[in-house]
Parts: sequence; C-alpha cells; structure tokens
Amino acid sequence: MASDLINILADLNEQQVLDLVQCRLDAGEDPVEILSDARKALVLVGKRFEEGLYFISELMFSGDIMRQVTEIIKPYLKDEVTTTRHGKVIIGTVAGDIHDIGKDLMTFMLDLHGFEVLDLGVDVPIDTFIEKIKETAAPVVGLSGLLTIAFDSMKATIDAIKDAGLRDRVKIIIGGGNINEEIKDYTGADDFGNDAMAAVTFAKGVIG
Amino acid sequence: MNGNGKVQNSLKAWCAADGIEFEDEAAKRSYQEKTRRITDVILLKKPDRVPTMPMWEFFYMKYAGYTCRDGMYDAKKAEDATIKTVLELKPDSFQSPIFYMTGPILEALDSKELLWPGHGVDDRQAHQFLEGEYMKANEYRALINDPSDLILRYYFPRVYGNLAPLASAAPIRNSFAYYAMFDQWAHFGTPEGIKALETLKKVGEASLNYLNWLKSCVGKIEAKGYPVWSGSFCLAPFDAIGDTLRGTKGVLLDMFRQPDVLKEACEKFVWWLTDCAISAAKATGNPIVFMPLHKGTASKPDGKGGFISVKQFEEIYWPTLRKVMLVLIDNGLVPNLLIEGDFTSRLDIIKDVPPASCIYHFERVDLEKAKAVLGDRVCIRGSIPIHKMTLGTPEDVKAECQRQFDVLGEGGGYIMDTTVASEQIKPENMRALIEFTKEHCVYT
Repeated sequence: MASDLINILADLNEQQVLDLVQCRLDAGEDPVEILSDARKALVLVGKRFEEGLYFISELMFSGDIMRQVTEIIKPYLKDEVTTTRHGKVIIGTVAGDIHDIGKDLMTFMLDLHGFEVLDLGVDVPIDTFIEKIKETAAPVVGLSGLLTIAFDSMKATIDAIKDAGLRDRVKIIIGGGNINEEIKDYTGADDFGNDAMAAVTFAKGVIG
Repeated sequence: MNGNGKVQNSLKAWCAADGIEFEDEAAKRSYQEKTRRITDVILLKKPDRVPTMPMWEFFYMKYAGYTCRDGMYDAKKAEDATIKTVLELKPDSFQSPIFYMTGPILEALDSKELLWPGHGVDDRQAHQFLEGEYMKANEYRALINDPSDLILRYYFPRVYGNLAPLASAAPIRNSFAYYAMFDQWAHFGTPEGIKALETLKKVGEASLNYLNWLKSCVGKIEAKGYPVWSGSFCLAPFDAIGDTLRGTKGVLLDMFRQPDVLKEACEKFVWWLTDCAISAAKATGNPIVFMPLHKGTASKPDGKGGFISVKQFEEIYWPTLRKVMLVLIDNGLVPNLLIEGDFTSRLDIIKDVPPASCIYHFERVDLEKAKAVLGDRVCIRGSIPIHKMTLGTPEDVKAECQRQFDVLGEGGGYIMDTTVASEQIKPENMRALIEFTKEHCVYT
C-alpha cells in the first residue's frame, strides 16, 4: 500500500491517489503514515524535476494533489503533525517585484526536503528581511526576483543585511530567470540559481 | 501567391511609406532607407548593415529624466521623452509607446490585474501584472461556445472593479430578435447597470484621448524619418489562455486535467487572435506583428527547468502557435516572436515555418546552434543580455555586440537588440549598442 501511494502520486495519477488515500483511511491506517508516504512521493517528484523528466507543470500538479491529500487527511489527525526540520530558510521576492511562481516553487521544494521555510511573500521591504533574520536566526536567506529592478533591490537588501551587522550570520542565494554569475557578484550574494532545486542544494550545503 | 510573396508585397508597401507626412525629402529618404534595411534582414538578404530595433517601453522616460508615472499620465512629458530619445539615439526603428497615457483608462476601469506607477508600484517603475484564475477551470465550454460572453460577463467583472455589474447582465446572444429587447437589457436601467455604462463611457473617452495622443506622438517621429517597429500584436493561443484568463498555474494544470478542452480552446483562439492582428496591421500599414511568448519555454539549454517539456511544447503549445503564424504570413504579415526563457531545446521544432517570413527574438539561446538551425529560415533578433545593459559598461556592451554579430550576423538575417525591454537600462549603454552597430556591424 505504501509503495503504491508513493508511485501513484509520483506518477501524478490524481484520482487514483485520492481514492487510495481515502481507502487507506477507511481501513484504519495511521494518517501520519499516509502523509509521510505522500511526502516521499513528492521527494521523488523533485528528483525527476532535477533529472529533467518533470517540469514546473508537474511540480505544480503534484503540489495541488498534495494539497487535496492533506485536506482529506486533516480531519483524521488527532494532533498537529510535527515534522523534524533541518533548519530555517527565509524566502521572499524582493522589494518592487511581485512575481511569486519561482518563490513558491523554492518554498515547495525546500519544505519537501525538510527545511522550515519562512516565506515572506512578494515585494518584501528590506527591513522585513532584516527583522526576520534577527527574529529567527535563520542561517539561509533566498531572494527571488524576475524583473531587472530586482538586481538593485537584491543588492540593496544584501547591503542592508551587511550594514545591520548580520552578513556573517547568513548565507544568501538569489534566484530568478535572468539571474546569473555576474548578477550574483553585483549583488554580493553567495550563490545563485535558475530553478527551484538550486535553493535546496544551497541550503543543504549550508545547514546539512 | 505564397505566403512569402505576400510578405514581400506588404514589406514593399511599408517601405513605400505612402500616407506618411514627412517633414522633408531627407526624412522620407531616411525612413525608406531604414525600412529597406529591416526588410532585407527579414527576407534573409544581406543589408548594408545590421539594423537596430530596440524595445524601449519605459526607457524613454528614464532617458529624458522623467518617471514612469509621468509616462502614464502626463501627455507632454510622455511625448517629449519619446521624441527626445528617438531623435538623440537614432535607431533604425522605434517602439510605439503604447503603454503611455493609459493611466486614466486603468483608473476608470478600477483594474485589479495590473499594478502601475502610482497604483501599487513606485512612480519610477513600469507596470506589473497580477496573475490570477480570472477564468475558472470549469468555464472552458463557456469560452469556446461564446467567448465574448465569457469576457463581458465573467472576465470583466473579475478584473475591473467598476464593471462588476456586468456579471448580472443577460448574455448578448439572447438578443437575436427584437422581442429580446423587451426585457434582456433591463439590467442597464438599474443603478448598478447604469454605473457599468458610465464606466464604459469614461473608458471610451480616455481611450479616444489615448489614441489621439499616440497617433500624434508617433506621427511626429515618423515625420522625421523613423519607422515604428511593429504594427500589431498577437499571441500563442496557449499564452492567450494562460496569461490573463487561467493564469500560469491554471493552464499548466489544465494540461493534465482537461487536455482535450484546452486544445479545443487553443484552436478557437487561432481565428480570434489572427483576426484582431490582421485588422490592426491593416490600420497601421505595418506588417510586423509583435508576439511575446511566455509559457512554452525552458530554463536551460538542455530543456530542463522550464514550464513544460519539449514533448508538451510539441504536442500542446506549438501546433496552434504555428497555425497563428501561418495565417499571419498568408495575410502578408511578419510574426516577430519575442521568445522568453531558453529555447535552445526547441530550435528544431520552431524551424518549421516558411522561410524569410518571420523574426525570432531570443532572450536566451545557444547562439551558434540558433544560427546553424535557423539561419536559412528566419531572421534572428537579439540577444544582448539585459543585465549588461542595466549593470554593465559601454565597453561590456560593445564587446557583446561584437561577439553576437560574429556569430549571428554572418550572411545577414540579424537584428541587434537587447533580450528584453527595461526602464533600468543605462542610457550610455543603449547609445553604445546603437552606435557600435552602425559603425562595426557592417557588410562590405
């Protein structure tokens, strides 16, 4: 049953997944175990994305199937499910930019890989990043942006983190369609990525 | 006559410039020299030199020292900035400032899907689009059966606050006979209905004001010998559905959940989109059709990381995009695709178009491969990276122009441009791009 759900969800057979989840709940199985199997499927989805078998469309579809699985399981959960988290990652689209697809995919993949993601949303003021770093002591910060205004906004955010005396406490990755090595150097970030998995690889490198 | 023959005729008419009031003979000669140069590269003939056709949007305002907000509302500043930029930088064509002076229209509508300077974004920034599922997943049949009704009574109320009352109107398709007028239009006698009509009146007035401003501004620049670089707009059907109706997530999930109805809707859009583009091109007399592509892209040259796979591109995205392009070409028009993301993995697929009838403007692509695969088929435009234009120096820009000319300029069929438009471009870098191209991207 466990491997059935993992494979069926990883293969994105939506209705079969929902039917199987209900079936297992009706059979009295532990809902926490079912959730755990579903998450294992998503890790597989992430791997297929890395390998170029899946794309953003499959990531979004798997995320939506997982949302429905969570809704079905929720009434059966006695207590809130706590998952062991490797560490905290602050994510946000920088000030002046409202694009969220890349940021949401980063959040999805980081969460999947066991990180506690503190998603600040879009058009995030510099001060908000700084306050969150101070409040949470998160060791990793991810700045997302698609527009050309994001280059200067990322730089200003990183400069402000430095001016606040926090730069040596965090490792920073920037991401977005137009981002590259030159922009990374311009902004003062530690690394850059053009897809959702880059943030996972980076966070693993920092946190473990 | 085949498509390419019709394209040649349209370009010839464009070069003739009938109907344009030039300020003098020198301006007319200058206009014809520029359009001839652009025509040569589209037809894959070797021109005298590489033409420059920069996409400028809100760069005009930055160049002139004004804000983007000025562009949206101040007729004099918007016109002065556009004219100043073109006359001082002297490109081979200019972009019509179609987003300028649209602030009053968006305000009259109470637009929910756009943020613009003074309304959600800083005065110095260009507008941004707020994605949403403005058409629901179960509304495809409504779209296919009666698109005007879906737009009027479903889409408008969701995206324009002051047109919300249209949701309660009766479908216009009911009014196919006189007796429908007895009751089907009663909603427009109610306070809510009247509010919607008053909004449309304000939109109409603001739109007329905008069109008059645009015609005057563009006319003044054309009179001095500079052609506009496109005369109409079109989309890939998949993007028409995904950009503003279903949203990115919506249309991508539709590929899995309802692929057949999605494909059916894409087929319907072929006629809707091309009919609109052909009418606009007739009105402007300019055969180049601007077509930004959004969702068919990859993130990397090997095809990984994008919205959709090569297989999904080939089966769902490309077929109706190609149909749109063929209809446009058959009407003597030149599809100018602005291809976002990395299309290296799709080059062999998009080669399948009539030769010497299209422009492909790449954001990211393996330049050598693009020239090898497409060089005898389409004119290639681009691709000076935007970060070099916004963060680099004039020397960086010149070096990149040389590098790209060396690869893409061989034999002609190449237009110099940046990858995308941005108001963040440094003026000295844009000057460097244009002047370098004129001096060094020359064919003996």
